[in-house]
Order: sequence, then C-alpha cells, then structure tokens
Amino acid sequence: MSDIQSQTDLVFVRDEMLSQASPPHRERGLVGWLRKNLFSSWSNTLLTLIALYVIWIVVPPLVDFALVQAVWSGDSRDVCTTINQGGIQPNGWFGACWPYVKDYFAQFIYGRYPLEERWRVNIVFALFVIGVVPLLIPTAPFKSMNLIYMAVVFPVAALLLLTGGHMEFAGMIGIGRELAPLGSGLDFWIEYALLTLIVLGIAYAWARGTGAPAGGLLKLVLTIMLALAAVIFVLSLDLGLEFVPTSIWGGLLVTLVIAITGIAASLPLGIVLALGRRSDMPIVRFVCVVFIEFWRGVPLITVLFMSSVMLPLFLPEGVSFDKLLRALIGVALFSAAYMAEVIRGGLQAIPKGQYEGADAVGLAYWQKMRLIILPQALTLVIPGIVNTFIGLFKDTTLVLIIGLFDFLGQIQSSFTDPSWSTPVQATTAYFFAACVYWIFCFSMSRYSIFTENRLRTGHAR
Amino acid sequence: MAVQDVLPSRKGSSGFSALNDQRVRGAIFQVLLIVAIVSFAWWIIHNTAANLRAQGIGFGFGILRDSAGFQINQTLIDYQETSSYVRVYFVGLLNTLLVSFIGVILATIIGFIVGISRLSKNWVVARAAYVYIEVLRNIPLLLQIFIWYFAVLRLLPAKRDAIDLGPFGLLNIAGWYAPSPVLGRGFALVVAALVIGIVATFVLRAWARRRQMATGEIFPLFRVALALIVGLPLIAYFVAGFTFANPPFSLEYPTPGNFGPRGGLRVFPEFIGLLMALSFYTASFIAEIVRAGILAVPNGQTEASYSLGLRPGHTLRLVVIPQAMRVIIPPLTSQYLNLTKNSSLAVAIAYPDLVSVFAGTALNQTGRAVEFILITMATYLTISLVTSLFMNWYNRSVALVER
Repeated sequence: MSDIQSQTDLVFVRDEMLSQASPPHRERGLVGWLRKNLFSSWSNTLLTLIALYVIWIVVPPLVDFALVQAVWSGDSRDVCTTINQGGIQPNGWFGACWPYVKDYFAQFIYGRYPLEERWRVNIVFALFVIGVVPLLIPTAPFKSMNLIYMAVVFPVAALLLLTGGHMEFAGMIGIGRELAPLGSGLDFWIEYALLTLIVLGIAYAWARGTGAPAGGLLKLVLTIMLALAAVIFVLSLDLGLEFVPTSIWGGLLVTLVIAITGIAASLPLGIVLALGRRSDMPIVRFVCVVFIEFWRGVPLITVLFMSSVMLPLFLPEGVSFDKLLRALIGVALFSAAYMAEVIRGGLQAIPKGQYEGADAVGLAYWQKMRLIILPQALTLVIPGIVNTFIGLFKDTTLVLIIGLFDFLGQIQSSFTDPSWSTPVQATTAYFFAACVYWIFCFSMSRYSIFTENRLRTGHAR
Repeated sequence: MAVQDVLPSRKGSSGFSALNDQRVRGAIFQVLLIVAIVSFAWWIIHNTAANLRAQGIGFGFGILRDSAGFQINQTLIDYQETSSYVRVYFVGLLNTLLVSFIGVILATIIGFIVGISRLSKNWVVARAAYVYIEVLRNIPLLLQIFIWYFAVLRLLPAKRDAIDLGPFGLLNIAGWYAPSPVLGRGFALVVAALVIGIVATFVLRAWARRRQMATGEIFPLFRVALALIVGLPLIAYFVAGFTFANPPFSLEYPTPGNFGPRGGLRVFPEFIGLLMALSFYTASFIAEIVRAGILAVPNGQTEASYSLGLRPGHTLRLVVIPQAMRVIIPPLTSQYLNLTKNSSLAVAIAYPDLVSVFAGTALNQTGRAVEFILITMATYLTISLVTSLFMNWYNRSVALVER
C-alpha cells in the first residue's frame, strides 16, 4: 500500500523540451490555406461559391472565344464564318478572327497615312521612346537635357516629320490683312512683328517701372520670340518632305498625338489656373474659378462638338483651323481644368510655413512659386497627374464621334470593309482594342503607384 | 497704359516706384486681364457675327419653336414628329436624366459590393473584385459602350424568337420586354398605405431616438419599419383586391409573336447598353472610393466599439460607416457627376439623350450650332452645379466638426 502510495506521490518533472511538431494536417498546406481563406464559415463558403460562379460565367467563355475557338491564319472572311454563313467553320462556331486583326494591324497603327511615308511616323515613335524612357527612370542621368529634348526638340521634330512642313499661317486680327494681300503669308508675319514689339514694350515698361535693368529682360524676350519665329518659319518651308494632311492620319498615331499634346498643353495651363485660383487678386481668382468650373461642368463630347462646329465660326473669315487641331484645343482646355484641380490639391497640401518661409527670405511671388512651392506641390500630385493623363488617354476615343479616326475610330471604320465582314468581326476587334487600351492604361497606373511609393520615403508610418 | 501713368513717379522719388507695391501691381494686372478677356470676347463675337452673316444664318432662339420633323424611339413625354425643338430638348433631357438616375443607383450598388469585396478576407472574392476594378477602369468607356451594344446585345436572338427570362419577361435583339404594371381600381389605396407607412416610420424613428436618449433602450426600429412599409401596403393590396374584385396592381407579361413580342414594357437595347456600360464602368471607380473610405477609419474605432460592448452590426452601422461616409461622399459626388456627363456618349449608339437628339439631330437639321451647343452646355452646367450644391449640403451635414 505504502509502496503504491509512494509511487503516486511521485511528481513528474519534464527535464527536456518536446521537439516542435508540425501543425495538424488540416491546418497545413493548400488544404489549410483553403480552409482558412475560403471556407472558414458557412457564409464565407457561400461567398466563395458565388465568386467562383461569377468567374465561371465570365472567364471560360472569354478564353474559349479568344484562344480556343479562335482562327489564327487565313486570308479571307471564309475562315471566320460558319458553313451556314458561307464559310468553312462548323455551324455554331464562335471564336476570334485574328487574321483580320493581322491584316488591318498597320491601319490600326497609322490610319490612312501614306504607305511610303510611314517611316516618318516610325521615327517619331522612336524619338518619343528615346526621350520618354529615360525620363521615366528616376536614376537615369541628364534629366534637364532630357526635359529640354522632350519639351522643345521632340515636338518640333515630330510636327515637322508628321506633317512634312508646308504649313500656312494667317493673321488673326485683320491688321496684317489690311497691309498685305490675303494668302501671301505676309499678313501673319506683320502681325507677329507687331506682337513682338508690344511684348518688348511691356517688358521695357515693366523693367523701368520696377527699377530693374532692362537689357537682360529685353534680350530674353527677343530670343524667345525669334526662336518661335524660326520654328514657325521652318514649319512653313518645303523641306523635301511630302505634305501629309492630318485628315488622313489615323489609328494609334492620332490617339497618341491627342493624348500627348493634351497633357503637354494642359500641364502648364493647369499650373497657371491653379495658381490663379489661389491668388489674392479677386478678379484673377474669379476668372480662374469660372474657367475651371465651366470646363469641368460640361461633358467632353459637347466640348468636342463646340470645337468642331463652333470654333470655325469664332475665327475670322479665311482663317481655318485643321480639324485635328480644333479637337486638340478642345481636349487641352478641358483637361487643363482637371489638371488645375489636381495641382490645386498639391498646393493646398504644402504647409503654410513653406509659403511664410519663402516670404521671410524675401522671395518675390514667382520666385517663391518656382523655387519653393511648385516643386513640392507637383511632386506630391504626380499620381494625380498620371491619373488625369490616363483619363485623357481614355477620353481620346471620343474624337471618333466628331469624325476623327483615332485607334478606336479606325477599328470602327474597318467594319465597313466587306472582305472581312463576319459576325465575329466586331467582337474580335473590340476584344483587341480593349487589350491594347488596357495595357496602356494599366502600365501607366502601375507607374503612378511606383512613383508614389518612391516619393513616400520618410513619411512611411 | 496704366504702366505709362506710373512711370514719372519713378523719376521723382529716386529708386522708388509704385510698381514695387504689390497692391498696385495686382491692380494693374487685373485691369490688363479684364481688358484682355473683354477684347478676346469682343473679337470672338465680332467674328461669329460676321461668319453667320456671310453664311446667311441668323441668330436667335425663335427657331426652337419650329417643328422638328424627326422621330425619336424612346420618349418619356408625349412627342410627335410635328412637335417643336423645345419638346425635343425636353425629351432628350428626360432621357439623359433617366439613364443617369438609374445608372447612379446601379453603379452605387455594384460599387459598394465590389469595394467591400475588395476588403474581404475571402481570397477569391477579394481577388475577383480586384480584377474587376483593374480591368473595367482601364478600358475607355466608349469602347465599353460599343462592347455592350455591338458585341453583347447584338448576339441576342432575332426579333421573332426571344430568350424567356421567366418572371422578368423576354429578351431579344430588339430589347428587353419587361412585364408592364397594370393598375386596378384600388391602387390608390395601396399608395396611401405606403405613404402612411413611410410617415409612420419617420414619426416612430423620432420617438425611438428620444426614448433611447432618455432611457438608453434601443427600439428594434428596422423590423418595425419593414413591417410598416411593406406590410401595410400588402394588407391594403388584399383589402382592395377583395373589395373591388380585381387586383389593384398586376403585371402584364409580353407574349412572343411572329413580329416580335407583344405587350409589356419595351426597354430599348440602346438604353440597356448605355446603362450597363455606365454603371459597370463607374462602379469600378466607386469601389475604390468605398475601399479607401473604409480603410480611412482607424481600426481603433472598431476595437473601442467592441470594448464598449457593441455588436458587430451596430459597430458597422453606428461607428464605421458614418466615419467612412465622410471620406466617401466628396469623391462619390464627382463620380455621380461623371456618370451624368458620360451619359452624353449615348450619341455613339444613338440612344436619344440630350446630346444625341438636341446637339446632334436637331443641330444638323437647322445648322444653328451656336444656339444648340450653348443650350446643351448650359444644361449640363446647371445639372452639375445643382448636384454639387446638393451633395455639398449633404456633405456639410455629415462632415466632421472640429473645434
């Protein structure tokens, strides 16, 4: 008895640790993951099943259409039609017709741009890539050179290459027309000279008024006006390039021209408007508010209608703007208003101390903005600017409504060709267009996120 | 000229100039701005007048009283070919408002579902919502309208055969034939019951709130309100049905026929296509707004609410959502406005909205670009301003009041 007693009195003391055991089978691996993330409760299971059902009704038909059933080669509509429709496919067949896209690919890119001149478009694309890729890589060297290239060299070169020069400029006010015969081109130069004189006069008066030395300012103004005149002169020359009117441009070329010009024009205009909206001067503020709210309050399509049917009425007789240029003006003004609001957000995010600090060291308004405020504000809103750009890029499709052939417009117009007209044509083309637009927009939004993360250093919480 | 005036003062007091005074500079600059704008406006008006005269087109809004002479398929108000352009305007405006209104509701519902799904702990649900957002918002809206209209709705069966949607009517290439409501004699009674139910709910809510303030007891408002708003009309429905021997409200179903379905309420494919594209596209933006709004509420709020003993449902309704709404409402407003403005893309598939019939067909007929475009723009501007005024008012009522 006591023996038993002494045995039960023994206290068990573990003197070594148990080795770590792996978690139960049901908690591990795929099964455990599924249980935890998808089937943790009956409601969760229901959600999973609903989501899987939605995926099931959307994804397999798309894959089936675009890849499985799709036709990959052929040279006429026969390969993309069923027997009932007069083709070779079995009845009930429904798949993408890729040979049609392949056949039309060049048109989707260039529109009706003449075949033998397409090298010019290619060079412009190449020049753009050469300029924009290093601009987008934060660590690439020579940023300021790069900026000058993109802001000055590229636009002039692109304009020259795409149109081929031969541009006609006309006076706008009527003073030039009094002095020179219409169509001689002289009327424009007379008005340009007058404008230069007026600008020089204002600069001189300003310099005298503020007591600053006038020489440097005058020289700067004169240089800018002369450089501009040189560019305009070169554009009106015959450089041996065939003139290609914008009416036969099309496809991705037009989409990119509108999007890039739109962003390039709307950024400076947006900055000015945003500064104006936050100005102390009541009239300036009022004008900017009205301008911004007007463009933001109307749909882009009415703006495009306005630029296509009303703008010609606004101009003096005999002066006509190219259709593409008119659309560009509409797009630029429209996106400038949106850009202004994005930049205003950035300006508002700059602490008041920065403004006061700049004032305290005695900087003038433009110095303060250029050196202290705008660099910070613009850096803050880069994601917003990219978003506006994505919106603008998507909105370029609207120009097809006023009869310009952008990428989508070119696709739309290809439907009229009887040699490829099949029941699957529209679906194939739209699928292709959706993929192209998606790749552009999605990569831009990824880039915006990348910049956002890169610039957030130091504020990480 | 103003610059010239102040020049002599510089010579007088050496080194000092009024131009160095910021207020003077501001005044000069603003005067210059006004002069520039006025002369620009004068230049445009002058040119326009000259151009219109040269083309032999007059200016004036009298033309709006002329007969339009074209047909419009979907009209919410009475419209004939002989009706005036004013009527065309209202037909277009109402169609715009209709598609925007339904679009806003649909986009909000889809957007909230997708936005909340994006935050779900369920991996498949969250991923599916993410893919939805990234795909839909990176494809141009116009292309999506084309896809819905030309690539989806065009694949529906021909006019004579239709897909039977059961209780939802019939669907074919000519549109959706929904069951149409037929009102009986007792319908007024049902409406009256509904109104009484709604009014009673409001009174009850005020009472319940006062009682909760006084005693701390929570009244099961939702269930009672449901009974009042749904139950009361339901009782009225049966009472009216027995009294007048025919149902106060019934549905007339379309029947398939050789020349397409007959009866029912026809919804045009243009409307469906535009509505689908607008709602699904805008929903992808709303989803991101909702997600950001919910993420903006600190987790501590939820934890504090739990530690006070609130149930998850109450926590969500009383603590998280009111705070998230503050972040959500301003961008949500701009999405509503965007949807309304984007409905103008209807012109691409000939849904008879304001731009399509008024700034499109009517403008082309009359050639009066200036008047028609100005009226259209002014209309959209008014819609935008009214919406933002209303939403700003609502936003102020829910905004965080600090000190």
